[in-house]
Amino acid sequence: MIHGGGARPPDDPEQSPATGAAEATHGAFRLSPPAAAGAVVALAAVALLSATTGAAGLAFGDVVATLADRLPLVDVDSALSARQESILFQIRLPRLVLGMLVGGSLAMAGASYQGVFRNPLADPYLLGVSAGAGFGAVLALGFGLDVGWGPFDALPAAAFLGALVAVSASAAIARGAWRSPATLLLGGIAMAAFFSAAQTYAIGQLSETRTREVLSWLFGQLSTSGWSQVWILGPYVIFCGGILLLHRRHLDVLRVGDDEALSLGLNPGRSRLVVIGAASLLTAAAVSVSGLIAFVGLVVPHIVRLLVSHSYRVVVPLSALGGAAFLALVDTGARTLTAPAELPVGVITAFVGAPFFALVLWRGARKVPA
Amino acid sequence: MTTAAAPSPIVASAEGSAALVCRDVRVAFGNTEALRGVDLQLAPGEWLGLIGPNGAGKSTLLRAIAGLVDHHGTISLSCGRRPGGTDVALVPQNPILPEGMTVAEYALLGRSPHLGWLATESRRDRRIVASVLERLDLQRFAGRPLTQLSGGETQRAVLARALAQQAPILLLDEPTSALDLGHRDTVLELIDGLRRSDGISVIAAMHDLGTAARFADRLALIDEGRIVADGAPRSVLAPGRLSTVYATPLSVHTIDGEIVVLPAPRARQEPRP
Repeated sequence: MIHGGGARPPDDPEQSPATGAAEATHGAFRLSPPAAAGAVVALAAVALLSATTGAAGLAFGDVVATLADRLPLVDVDSALSARQESILFQIRLPRLVLGMLVGGSLAMAGASYQGVFRNPLADPYLLGVSAGAGFGAVLALGFGLDVGWGPFDALPAAAFLGALVAVSASAAIARGAWRSPATLLLGGIAMAAFFSAAQTYAIGQLSETRTREVLSWLFGQLSTSGWSQVWILGPYVIFCGGILLLHRRHLDVLRVGDDEALSLGLNPGRSRLVVIGAASLLTAAAVSVSGLIAFVGLVVPHIVRLLVSHSYRVVVPLSALGGAAFLALVDTGARTLTAPAELPVGVITAFVGAPFFALVLWRGARKVPA
Repeated sequence: MTTAAAPSPIVASAEGSAALVCRDVRVAFGNTEALRGVDLQLAPGEWLGLIGPNGAGKSTLLRAIAGLVDHHGTISLSCGRRPGGTDVALVPQNPILPEGMTVAEYALLGRSPHLGWLATESRRDRRIVASVLERLDLQRFAGRPLTQLSGGETQRAVLARALAQQAPILLLDEPTSALDLGHRDTVLELIDGLRRSDGISVIAAMHDLGTAARFADRLALIDEGRIVADGAPRSVLAPGRLSTVYATPLSVHTIDGEIVVLPAPRARQEPRP
């Protein structure tokens, strides 16, 4: 727990009320350094594992040496051939980085949705946001609109429109029910069903080659076409992720409900709008490069709450790191478990996430009023 | 009708003198008028008890003062400004207790009105909260989740959040309805002590008329969205008036110098004190 570390002295010795209060207040809402360090180490370990595992049979030591050689001021002789190097730098690393960005985005968006909807079950996928984004992206793909430059690609924009429609509609369906976790999800189910149908219809109108392309993207997979996808998603992660991080405190205030938040000087409507906008844009950007990857936004924040803290000051940043590690790890499995064949990464996250979701429902059954 | 002392002539100063003025405050929910023109004044350091039957408008008046419901008429501090979270702290009747939130974190939320849009709590904010927790004897519970507290401890935690707002006016909505007699008095004594030491003004909506009379300097009796009596407890708690407002025969007694309101012998099941 975040408050467990007893070694920290009160921050102001001249006025130190009973240490219990001072210490707990000092640690309140704060991400403790050990937890942050743990998450960073886990992410680094997963990254290293992923970079050194794969079908090309690159040796662990050689990969590490090659990577170290790329660091400034480090000069190590690389044992990899030019071809192997290009596998590492043009296939494996972009995919690893993309996986981390997508995972971090989805987990962060999930944590933020959970905060603004005051609903532990909110997740980009379960809210129908992913489906909406997917529909927008399919339309863009179908009409050959996936043109553009880096972050200014048409695909994320179309996906964002779809995502916004879906999240607004889910919220509207559950109107007056911000308090009921179930209603919002039912709204999300309705939207997901609607957009899936619309998507299926749209795909049916496409040519056969386009159809195959769109379907493989829909399953949720991290494509391997060099760094272009990273270049599309990266700016969104920085921009939207930054906004979400800056609004972490609002999410903590919103935990006491709109009414009390208002009496505490927060404008809940405005905060919600900003956070939903940023989370939806982030989801849309992630969906437009990776397709529909379910449950990352649900599983990761829950694990963070279970292990570290319920405070969004902690949950949002740790979900970003945890989501990155989670998806990079899952994608390493997706590439290697059935090698030389590949599993869509979305299939594995669903295999992991669906039982987890059931478990959360099971545990919460007694707490959530009908 | 208004026998209360006029609000203090002291103009709200930098320290936040707590005079509040409500003029012709009206609140409507659809076609239902919850408040039909309330005039009320609150002097610095005064404890005003709001009494009245269920649905009379006590909570609505508190919520209007806290800025949570739209209203017509004016609610202003003595300086003329509309009150915000730094002027008025509301202790809600049924506060939401977020899962996994500790007492210290919950109290720290009280600093929210003092923070800018993207700011976070400073060391000073944390120090203020630590000292509030200490004053409410909550230091042992500071790191404990709210959901693991007893009723009395929870009520103190909610009070801690309100006090952390450092607002000169404290609004209490049935602050002790969930507490047993002993804890009720402990909490009310605590608030009374804070009011006397810090000069906080208090408006407390309470069901128990005897308790309201015991702690309040002044009582305001609300019925159907209007204040029908406002003044010293003894003058407001007139048996005839109470019986009309509560629609049941009530008698008022004095036992050991304290006012006690009792139902008339025949109407046993109707009013619950």
